[in-house]
Amino acid sequence: MTRFDSIPAGMNRRHFMSHLAGAAALAAPATAFTNSILANVSDLKKRHKSAILLWMGGGPSTMDIWDLKPGAATGGPFKQISTSADGIAICEHMPLMAKQMHQMSIVRSMSTREADHMRGRYYMHTGYVPNPNVEHPSYGAVVSHELAEHVPDLEIPPFVSVGSGSVGPGFLGMTWAPFVVDSNGNVRNLDMGIDPARVAQRLEMLATIEKKFIGEKRGGSADDHAKVLEKTVRLMTSKQMEAFKVMKEPKDVQEKYGTTGFGRGCLMARRLVEAGVPFVEVDLGGWDNHADIFPTLSDRKLPELDKAMSALVSDLADRGLLDDTAIIWMGEFSRTPNINAGAGRDHWARSWSVVVGGAGFKRGVVVGETSSDGKEVVSEPYSSQDVMASVLKSLGISLETTFTAKNGRPMKIANSGKVIKELFA
Amino acid sequence: MQTQQRLFGGALAVMLLAAACFAGGIAAAADGGDHFGIPQVKFINEQIAAGWADAGMQPSAAATDGEWCRRVFLDCIGRIPTSEELGRFLADSSPAKKADLVTRLLGEDYVDEYARNWTDVWTTVLIGRDVENDNVNRSGMRQWLRRAFSKNMPYDQFMEALVTASGANANKDGIENFNGATNFLSGKMEEGGVQAAAKTAQIFLGLQVQCTQCHNHPFNKGKQNQFWEFSAFFRQTRALRKYEQTMDIQSIEMVDEDFAGEGGNPEEAELYYELRNGLKKVAYPVFVDGTEISKSGYLPGKMDDGKEYGVHRRKELAQLMKGSPLMPKVIVNRMWAHFLGYGFTKPIDDLGEHNAPSNPELLDGLGAQFREQSFDLKELIKWITLSKPYSLSSKVSKGNTRDDPALGETPKFSHFYLRQMRAEELYESLLTATQADESRATGEKAAKKKDEWLGQFVIAFGTDEGDDSTTFNGSITQVLMMFNSELMKVATGTGKGGFLDRIASGNTKNAAKIDALYMAALARKPSAKEVSKANDLMIARKGDAIGALQDIWWAVLNSNEFIMNH
Repeated sequence: MTRFDSIPAGMNRRHFMSHLAGAAALAAPATAFTNSILANVSDLKKRHKSAILLWMGGGPSTMDIWDLKPGAATGGPFKQISTSADGIAICEHMPLMAKQMHQMSIVRSMSTREADHMRGRYYMHTGYVPNPNVEHPSYGAVVSHELAEHVPDLEIPPFVSVGSGSVGPGFLGMTWAPFVVDSNGNVRNLDMGIDPARVAQRLEMLATIEKKFIGEKRGGSADDHAKVLEKTVRLMTSKQMEAFKVMKEPKDVQEKYGTTGFGRGCLMARRLVEAGVPFVEVDLGGWDNHADIFPTLSDRKLPELDKAMSALVSDLADRGLLDDTAIIWMGEFSRTPNINAGAGRDHWARSWSVVVGGAGFKRGVVVGETSSDGKEVVSEPYSSQDVMASVLKSLGISLETTFTAKNGRPMKIANSGKVIKELFA
Repeated sequence: MQTQQRLFGGALAVMLLAAACFAGGIAAAADGGDHFGIPQVKFINEQIAAGWADAGMQPSAAATDGEWCRRVFLDCIGRIPTSEELGRFLADSSPAKKADLVTRLLGEDYVDEYARNWTDVWTTVLIGRDVENDNVNRSGMRQWLRRAFSKNMPYDQFMEALVTASGANANKDGIENFNGATNFLSGKMEEGGVQAAAKTAQIFLGLQVQCTQCHNHPFNKGKQNQFWEFSAFFRQTRALRKYEQTMDIQSIEMVDEDFAGEGGNPEEAELYYELRNGLKKVAYPVFVDGTEISKSGYLPGKMDDGKEYGVHRRKELAQLMKGSPLMPKVIVNRMWAHFLGYGFTKPIDDLGEHNAPSNPELLDGLGAQFREQSFDLKELIKWITLSKPYSLSSKVSKGNTRDDPALGETPKFSHFYLRQMRAEELYESLLTATQADESRATGEKAAKKKDEWLGQFVIAFGTDEGDDSTTFNGSITQVLMMFNSELMKVATGTGKGGFLDRIASGNTKNAAKIDALYMAALARKPSAKEVSKANDLMIARKGDAIGALQDIWWAVLNSNEFIMNH
């Protein structure tokens, strides 16, 4: 079997790529296709910005993690502990993160309105509430769309989602869709198992059919298909696919992140960021704790989160990557500051927390405040749009950027959210 | 109020149909009379044409016979036609050939494939895509759905059976009361069945009530009390898990029991829910139109003196749903979207007052007709597939470039909307195109194999609501599968006696062999340019004819044209 990344006898990589260049007629000029082989590998080590979204599917109870209310009737049983950041206390079941809080900041004054899973997931990922007439691009699509030009040698997808589907690219089109992988980093179906020259010939035949169909003007999805084909070919021939192979990390590093799905996902995120990927989303589900919330958090969810998240923050810092990598921790909403009959908490969006750090963010601060029972935000409330605007600013992306939706309507990036000033020096 | 609405809907449709018949002579001249003598088809054509006139749009030309044939096979039985089936249709010169084909696809010849396709569709609607969910038995769900679609169970009975099902959800040795219909609700009974209530309302009534569980809805008129009153219909029902010795779930048994009420008085068995401000309120079963039923939590029974008491809440609910004007509209909307790519509302299962449909008269009229025709799904399919909008080309023309729902425009159905096959359709079509499976298996064994394959595309979001999604949506993951997967290796295999081998060893010229590949996959012949490219491959393979055909076949199957329903 011939691997694409092992050059077949009598053919160097450049020759092979020039065969494949025929397929580039699908969408972009052939030069864009062959650029990658001309580039000096060390160029990739140039400084580039990235973001990692730690997505907490189901809606984690932030008053049990980042904004405890000891003494409040419905504050729950957890105690708070001090951290490496002056004046910041967090949950006792996050002891490793407590040592990293000087690298991160907490926004305790989130106040949103979407308390349904699908709507909340959409809103927190896009900055827009769902609208049947337009699909908005998610964080990963927006950030990778804006930053991809800074990593022209990137051959793997600029938006990777580990363990979940994230939210799609909306009107930016399928070329900015998340590339979804499992946390073991196994990517299926990479190898056609035939001579690369023959692969190139097949792709030329395919390009002919694609072009004919696109020329018949039947709608945009025909065009999108051709663009995704091109990205796929690029990925199949790339050595950068090594970045997914998380199991190749030394054992002690793997153990530091934790041998859990989320741990491996965070480790993979670091590898992908090193390879130049602008946006990685790592999913940790299981926060929809309508029943028995406290043992679930203290025995399972928080230890898994604590280990992986703290390892990620410290590893990025040790490697000098944290200054160029934004980290965002959030779910679709939080949970009620009441404890229900089943010893759980239900959906709650009115007062809750997100955590950010790295890149251009000020570190080790707390923004905003909730009331003593956690039921109200008592400082200026912030929205999904505001968090998004702040993340974009931390990455150096202009908030003046305007997209054009497919119907021609201009759409301001981050839905005109306001930067959260306290997060910047 | 509910009865009034129903009468109004029915009367309106009758009026419109009468008007349609009255104008028959003129309309027949204008649209060529191609409604096949079916008044409902005529009604659709006139309603849609009126929309074009209002918008100042011209419809695209008709699709070619090959395109239409491919389309109707995909949408009715979930796969593309074989070369033989296509050839037969193209050779038919009867003016009724489209109606004949639809009749055949809905008839005895294709009953198993019809059932397989709609089982796939409804399995996703009813229990989602997650193949690892322990609280449902997909096999049991499918067995029940296959039987329902094989005998064309009327839709009202279909809905009633699903909403009221009791018994065990898995068909295993030692289980006597198997009823696969229980799988619809077997995984939705936690916390007093709030998911059962939410999904029943959404799927069968087009009401999105999941938000009103916690608060009055800011956009539609849904009130929190309505959610809990609706969910009260499910409070006699319990899902009992039975375990194997290995502690795996053997089956889930859905049972109805007396409900004592949260206050302990079964004569008036109430539930309590909490307002945002912490106040508790009481709820009894009340249907969405305000109809109340008995508050008793007892199942029906007789006292010693013969006096009857009690009520079966789910059965009462099913009766109320059958009478609701929303019920036929939701299924009409769902079926229209299945065949035309977009429904009259978006999303298709939200018919709330805040979400006005694009073609209200058409939706009401078809809903009323569907009720009058005894909820016969095959009749509804016939009306839609023989309608003018379904017959149009997917090529956009000068007169309708604006008609692009992908841009957020309200669909006018002035051309066929390009869309990707569902994963299940692609799988079956690959088997068909390559004749990899001559018997075209429709049974449970084949379904399980397909499930394993589909599993690679499923993303479960891990919430209590069991939301999921698919990466079979035009992503890189999908393209990699089409390029390199085992399934594709089989589909493009050159083994003795296989599809490519038979074409290669046939006694025809190379040009005819290339034609055969194109007809099998795309229902058309190759263009001059494509023939020239194919010949390049023939030369490159240096006399390895089957190798060259394999390359062409791989390219054809990977094309946008193959994977799109167009």
